[in-house]
Amino acid sequence: MKWSGEHAVAAVLRVIAFSSLASLLLITIFIFKEGVPFLFSHGAAHFLLSSRWDPMAGEFGVLAMIVASLVVTFGAMVVGAPLGIAGAVFLNEFAPRWVARVLKPAIELLAGIPSVVFGFIGVMVLAPLIRNHLGGPGLSVLCASVILGVMILPTVMSISIDALASVPNSFREGALALGATRWQSVHMVVLKAARSGIVAAVVLGLGRAVGETMAVIMVAGNTVRIPISILDPVRTLTANIAIEMGHATGAHRDALFATGVVLFLIIMALNGIALGAMKRGAR
Amino acid sequence: MKGTMIFVRIAALVLLAVGALLSVGACARRRGEVITVAGSTAFQPFAEKLAEQFMRKRPDLRISVQGGGSALGIQTALSGAAQIGMADLVELPPEAASLTAIVVARDGIAVIVNPANTVSNLSSEQVRAVFSGEIANWRQVGGDDRPIRVVSREAGSGTRTSFEQILGNFTLAPAAIVQDSNGTVRETVANDRDAIGYLSHGLMTDRVKAISVDGIACDDEAVIAGRYRLVRPVFFLVKGAPEGGVRDFIDYVLSDEGQKTIKDNGLLPAGTEARME
Repeated sequence: MKWSGEHAVAAVLRVIAFSSLASLLLITIFIFKEGVPFLFSHGAAHFLLSSRWDPMAGEFGVLAMIVASLVVTFGAMVVGAPLGIAGAVFLNEFAPRWVARVLKPAIELLAGIPSVVFGFIGVMVLAPLIRNHLGGPGLSVLCASVILGVMILPTVMSISIDALASVPNSFREGALALGATRWQSVHMVVLKAARSGIVAAVVLGLGRAVGETMAVIMVAGNTVRIPISILDPVRTLTANIAIEMGHATGAHRDALFATGVVLFLIIMALNGIALGAMKRGAR
Repeated sequence: MKGTMIFVRIAALVLLAVGALLSVGACARRRGEVITVAGSTAFQPFAEKLAEQFMRKRPDLRISVQGGGSALGIQTALSGAAQIGMADLVELPPEAASLTAIVVARDGIAVIVNPANTVSNLSSEQVRAVFSGEIANWRQVGGDDRPIRVVSREAGSGTRTSFEQILGNFTLAPAAIVQDSNGTVRETVANDRDAIGYLSHGLMTDRVKAISVDGIACDDEAVIAGRYRLVRPVFFLVKGAPEGGVRDFIDYVLSDEGQKTIKDNGLLPAGTEARME
């Protein structure tokens, strides 16, 4: 009697655990089923290498959007990763306990702010600042990078803190005993020991930056053109899908699914590279 | 023993949930005929208001209003997913030819600039040249020596399609900023001294300045009289001839009371000459 009850619960939990894998598979199959035929009929090379996107005229080229997604993500990492890691080092290694007790929940709260709010602040505060002081339309690569950089900050910081906290205290004590200063022990010993965890933090931030849609639509300007300066407006792959899906029919709709396929492959590639880096770091 | 109890409890919960869903479904069915209206996001708030007023008079009918855009309005009317499709296009696409199209309102498209901009009139040729990127400085149209920043809607938007059709199909300037709603176009232009955009006349506020086109201001009177060029009709699309509750709702929208609601909320009445097309 007891055995069959245990068995039932285990079976239910197993089904729940595998359902997440199943939904991932279903999403993948669906996107590819809808998008790949278009890549063949329209020509994958033309789709990937043309930067003219004019659905009403039957022109579908996503090069400008691929460049935009990569540039904006890179910009977000330039802003978010150093700040996040530096913040984590301060909170875990240098800050008095009460400061950490106030700042840590504040950072976690930041993670809970909806992206539309970040976008709104970008449009109302940051974009006018950029327009008035640096020129251009304000809605730009720079604006999107800064907003995304702040958005990924909590992710990068809280995971980095966990990584630093898991470094045994004996490492720090050993370094100090050998005559290292506190800063030397942090950057020569602790950061090295926590490297794989910190890489994981950056990767998770990267994932969030590539996939972010709402805030980017609001602050990036959505112009389909390869950016020449960081003050130029751009449209990312995610923004393209979200903006036009509501109106799309026929080939236009298929082209948006094909955009999804490209986005999917880029995210997979970035994750692959990062996982590789993490493994090397762990060794 | 404990394991079985949990199992029994889970089963009971599932049964309860299914039961609750079934009874909700049954309730909805008892409430009578449901008419779905879907399409144009520009007309959606007006349709919601009209549906609300209509349902107060006819409690036996339920009108469910959904957005989705003009393209979706045509699609759902064709497939029967919606009894009434809404579309705000100057020319309906060929696939809509089999549908009965009824003009229920008119909407002007205002060309808007920042209130700080000194330009207050453009010819339609100039508007076209500005939006296609041939004119890129305000000085060329009598303004200050500043670059022009074009703000447009996304491809497929009813407002953009109408705007481009009326001005003669042109290719939008590649440097144009794209915003995905009337509201965000308005905010972008309100925040940027050098911007120019276009907007449903019903959604104008004094945060932006509407300029005259060919010397004619975009106001109610000029739009109704047909003197202002940038005007598009709002269509209700029905498969076959409207009957029953669908007919009653369309009649209500076209009645003096319905048209007054449309007018009071910023759109323009259908006009007398072409209610049925």
